[in-house]
Amino acid sequence: MAVVSSEATAVATESDIVTVRRLVREASAKLGFSLVDQTKVVTAASELARNTLIHGKGGEMELITLNGPRVGLRLKFHDHGPGIRDIQLALRDGFTTGSGLGLGLGGAKRLVNEFEINSQPGEGTTVTVTRWK
Amino acid sequence: MERIPILRMGEYLLVTIQVDMHDRLAMTLQDDLTNRISETGAKGVLIDISSLEIVDSFIGRMLGNIASMSRVLDADTVVVGMRPAVAITLVELGMSLTGVRTALNVDAGMDLLRNSLDARKDALYGSRIQ
Ligand SMILES: Nc1ncnc2c1ncn2[C@@H]1O[C@H](COP(=O)(O)OP(=O)(O)OP(=O)(O)O)[C@@H](O)[C@H]1O
Ligand SMILES: [Mg+2]
Repeated sequence: MAVVSSEATAVATESDIVTVRRLVREASAKLGFSLVDQTKVVTAASELARNTLIHGKGGEMELITLNGPRVGLRLKFHDHGPGIRDIQLALRDGFTTGSGLGLGLGGAKRLVNEFEINSQPGEGTTVTVTRWK
Repeated sequence: MERIPILRMGEYLLVTIQVDMHDRLAMTLQDDLTNRISETGAKGVLIDISSLEIVDSFIGRMLGNIASMSRVLDADTVVVGMRPAVAITLVELGMSLTGVRTALNVDAGMDLLRNSLDARKDALYGSRIQ
């Protein structure tokens, strides 16, 4: 898998969520994603960045451009927060430990092609998503 | 503090969201609108989101909250101008925007608000066409 570029950005404030949306928008447009696909991956990124900030107590996003054999965008959201005890439960629509709708994780999963969560209670969480062109 | 302007036009309030809002700005808009509806006794709120490139669960929840709160304050809310790509994405995200009335553009949204207000007046005072 040819990684063309990889860039990390902080997810520590609410304005960082706006920055994440902008960076993902620019990268997906540059890769030639359709408008609908751009919108899907930006929306997924917005949900995951907010989870990193709110539930993970802040972290970062790594934005990876993949080129060959397939063209795509991979986003890694990483934090050292409390972790997720029960991932299946967290993915269920409507499940929340906060005041949200509980749609972020399950919704983000539906908006991308590949979705992976690695989480250890007490250590942190990494959510990796990929959207192919 | 940064704020989204709320315009008053007769019995209606108009909001055009033109920036990518961070979460607190969205919360502020929700509070400001609630206050303005109760201050002005507005009967309808039109929210133009045609500039918004995405609507995530946070903004979706804000739109739902505004619709519920305006209902309690006896005003209708209509959200207009949602881009097709945004609509497609919202469905996949799982946000149904239940209780939020939508229209294609500002004109259609204003028609909807006016018709709804006329219908409410008719119900109160009886039909004006004898
Ligand atoms: N990075 C994370 N660290 C710790 N817990 C997390 C993380 N991301 C998600 N979770 C847990 O998973 C639950 C579900 O997340 P999801 O994004 O679906 O819903 P939410 O954030 O609670 O609400 P919404 O996203 O709809 O506003 C969260 O309530 C939280 O308990
Ligand atoms: Mg969430």
